[in-house]
Amino acid sequence: MKLFDKVFKFNGGIRAETKKNISTAQPIRKIPLPKKIVLPLRQHIGKLAKLKVDIGHEVLKGQLIAEADGNVSAAIHASTSGKITAIEKRLIPHPSGLPDFCIEISPDGKDQWIEKKAIPWKKIGLDKVNELLLESGIVGLGGAAFPTHLKLNNSKKAGALNTLIVNAAECEPYITCDDMLMREKTHELIQGIKLVHEILNVKESVIGIEDNKTDAINFIQHAIKKEKNISLQIVPTIYPSGDAKRLIYLLKGIKIPKGHRSSDYGIQMFNVATILAIYRFIEFGEPSISRIVTITGNLKSPRNYELLFGTPLKEIIDDAGGQIIKNDTFIMGGPMMGFKLPSIDVPVTKSMNCIISSEPTMTEEKKPVLPCIRCARCAEACPVELQPQELFWFSKSKQLEKAEEYNLFDCIECGCCSYVCPSNIPLVQYYRFAKSEIIEERHEYEQANIARERNEFRLQRLEREKLERAERNALRRAQSSSEEKTKLIDEKRKAIADALQRIEKEDNKND
Amino acid sequence: MINLQSPFVQGSTSVSNIMFIVMLALIPGLIIYMYFFGIGILLNIILASITAIIAEYFILKIRKIPTKVFLTDNTALVTAWLLALSIPSIAPWWITVIGTLFAIIIAKHFYGGIGSNIFNPAMIGYAILLISFPAIMTKWQNPSYLYDANIAFSVFMHGIDNYDGIASATPLDYVKTELLQNKNILPILNEPLARLTQMQWVGFGFLLGGIFLLFTKIITWHLPVIYLLTLFTISSLFHLIDPSQFAPFQFHLLNGGTMLAAFFIITDPVSGPTTPKGKIFFAFLIAFLVYIIRVFGGYPEGIAFAVIFANICVPLIDNLTQPKVFGHD
Amino acid sequence: MITSILVVVFLAVIIGIVLGISAIKFKVEGDPIIEKIDSILPQTQCGQCGFPGCKPYATAIANGEADINQCPPGGDEGIHKLADLLGVEYKPLNAEHGEPKPKSVAIIDEKTCIGCTLCIQACPVDAILGSAKHMHTIIEKECTGCELCLPPCPVDCIDMVAIEENAENWKWKYPVYKIDKVSERRAS
Repeated sequence: MKLFDKVFKFNGGIRAETKKNISTAQPIRKIPLPKKIVLPLRQHIGKLAKLKVDIGHEVLKGQLIAEADGNVSAAIHASTSGKITAIEKRLIPHPSGLPDFCIEISPDGKDQWIEKKAIPWKKIGLDKVNELLLESGIVGLGGAAFPTHLKLNNSKKAGALNTLIVNAAECEPYITCDDMLMREKTHELIQGIKLVHEILNVKESVIGIEDNKTDAINFIQHAIKKEKNISLQIVPTIYPSGDAKRLIYLLKGIKIPKGHRSSDYGIQMFNVATILAIYRFIEFGEPSISRIVTITGNLKSPRNYELLFGTPLKEIIDDAGGQIIKNDTFIMGGPMMGFKLPSIDVPVTKSMNCIISSEPTMTEEKKPVLPCIRCARCAEACPVELQPQELFWFSKSKQLEKAEEYNLFDCIECGCCSYVCPSNIPLVQYYRFAKSEIIEERHEYEQANIARERNEFRLQRLEREKLERAERNALRRAQSSSEEKTKLIDEKRKAIADALQRIEKEDNKND
Repeated sequence: MINLQSPFVQGSTSVSNIMFIVMLALIPGLIIYMYFFGIGILLNIILASITAIIAEYFILKIRKIPTKVFLTDNTALVTAWLLALSIPSIAPWWITVIGTLFAIIIAKHFYGGIGSNIFNPAMIGYAILLISFPAIMTKWQNPSYLYDANIAFSVFMHGIDNYDGIASATPLDYVKTELLQNKNILPILNEPLARLTQMQWVGFGFLLGGIFLLFTKIITWHLPVIYLLTLFTISSLFHLIDPSQFAPFQFHLLNGGTMLAAFFIITDPVSGPTTPKGKIFFAFLIAFLVYIIRVFGGYPEGIAFAVIFANICVPLIDNLTQPKVFGHD
Repeated sequence: MITSILVVVFLAVIIGIVLGISAIKFKVEGDPIIEKIDSILPQTQCGQCGFPGCKPYATAIANGEADINQCPPGGDEGIHKLADLLGVEYKPLNAEHGEPKPKSVAIIDEKTCIGCTLCIQACPVDAILGSAKHMHTIIEKECTGCELCLPPCPVDCIDMVAIEENAENWKWKYPVYKIDKVSERRAS
């Protein structure tokens, strides 16, 4: 590890109680097979996966049951062997609480894998590797669920990337899944980093980690002692240092604006769990079928679990001993950016990194919301250096164009502004509302443009048809001019004369 | 209804907390004031606080707004205290009441209530009193009187008409009128009627309170530092040009309401700018105007008018000083 | 006296020349106001405004023959935008022209359809697929919900179905928070 690496500092951010000790006392637990597996088709950013199975099919563990639809999509694999028993709308972990299409598998208990084949990526070339990754179902496991093959796709141009950053920061309070992964699977992780390093053909790999993860830091430092190209850089524990662009700024001092990707600046970033998933797919041919989830908060024995996708959450909460103080509020994600689950009858999905059973301090009657006093503490806390108070005033008064002008879409919805607001205004809710409205307006505007074009085309088509009909009529009328008329009359006369002759001949015959 | 949306954890500041710490920070200056000038100021503060709370209660009821939440956020109390500290301690009770009523009802609630007022309510109250009752507002107490509580109460109820020699012009006013008689400034400053020492001690008390506010991060450094720096620079500049006419910087900085203004009045969040560069310009503008009004203007003390004028400019200042967003050029 | 008159006349000539040249050089082709009005209208092409489509309605507004509050699919927001664009007063929607309805699409009951093509001829955006004596179907993505296909159908096999909220088109709602009992009573 290089000492005295300069660590930059982004504006704002907050220091909250990390509450990580709750779930790090015990090692990661693997539960026996669940009684049913419910896999939503929507677990990633992009289009829904396309079904490849039907009710009644028998599937093996790791079998492709829904393929990616286009490039911005990801595949879904069966988490265990069994039979497809239902394909219908079920409750999914989504803030709306609305149901969506899910595949239900009834496990047969044998947990039989498909034939796993390692990928000889050196021989088959990067393009073929990307095609295979499209079928691996790997998405960003830090919570964003962005299809990973797209990130490895960008690096096709040789020499375009020079740094791989491994995001081990895990800045949100309560979440410890990456921390436990680094403690228990250190060797595999380092192998994974080396593999991705080679695939991307970068010059250096940097692991960015927060300073409160002392155990993980020790394990990793020990594991990378002999590695020349991998270094560990420790950043101070400030939320949100784990946000991609903030972490790149902390480690490299480069500020990446909205609309640009980090690959434009020669940097690619992956979460530690994603790197492990890539490693297991390429080295062992295992598609993405499980992840580590932190189950924490107001529970009798909170800890981390390694869970198959589609495991019903209720079983896990029961395994963790159930709630100490009963309430029906479970939060998916961290306390800063997460949302309340509609119920715990939802399956584990690829973006589920943490479930917090809410503690009394979170659900007690919150302090009342006062008007904004223009203190600008939110602007001091914003890591993107926005002016949240201006965005709030515009979103509240629904002046959406002004909100967009003041860079509403740069907002990463981290929640720092709402955290520090002395008037307890739920600022992030206003920004989410304004963003949804603007996106819907844009969508409607595009639809209206298409409708206008279709209408204009239809009017033109009707005009065209009218013109053609008029031309044909004119042609027909023009055809019956005098010479043509006499020609027609002559022909008709000839035909009548011929017919009369025929009749005469027949008459003569009969006589 | 429980607000169950992210973030599910909250920082610990609240509006009432912030206002409470501001009131704590006013106490050192208040104690030194009472030491030199007696308890008149305390009576004014108590009366102003009671008037403010009652006025706010009634206006909230008239506007059909829930009263408990808004009465307990301490903002009316802070306005009352700042107003009471700005007006002379010998002001009779009805001055305090009128000023507070104007500040709370007209300057704050007629413009929309907490968070929506354009002007600093305490300064509006002070300005209205200054224009309407110039004779009373420009008389400042002579030190060492009013230690007697009986005299203090009598003055509080009836004003100073029955007492001679209890008050004379405010220090700034005195210096100005003496200067107009073409005297050299330094001897003037040493005269007892200039009350330099006492007012400077009071200013020092408010400076201590202000540093406490900076330390607890209630206010940011931009406003007070730039304000004091500008005032220091301008007054020193003029003093260098003509030492006989223009007072040195200590006079301007520690006298009058400068320290009170620097840390407590111009830092009012609702009527001030929200961007860092905006705050710097705002403080510079106020300091500049204060000096001009004090030295060349008609009134001896210019803080109220300077603040009100700068409040008008705040939306434009905010618009023009928007900072650069992360990553944008 | 003479000099002042001459100066003013000279200035008037200069300014006149400048204005004349600018009028020619910066002349705007066509009448862009109709396009601007048309870009605000929702392009449902339903005819509820009394004109055969959105472009004719836009033209009528530009010529002052129609009022801005005749478009139900545009709703209140559309009227506000038109009022802002044209600098006129906002008026609430004229109920004679219809009520705003939730966005819906048409669907043909395939068991009842007789393949008469009357609905295809009626659709203003060609969103119905089919031909004579063959099954007709509505392309859901292109349907604007104008309901012009309902009257011509001789067997009444077309229904309007409101687009319901699902996980795909769900969006965050405007935050409303209650302070205490007074505002709870007011909010309900």
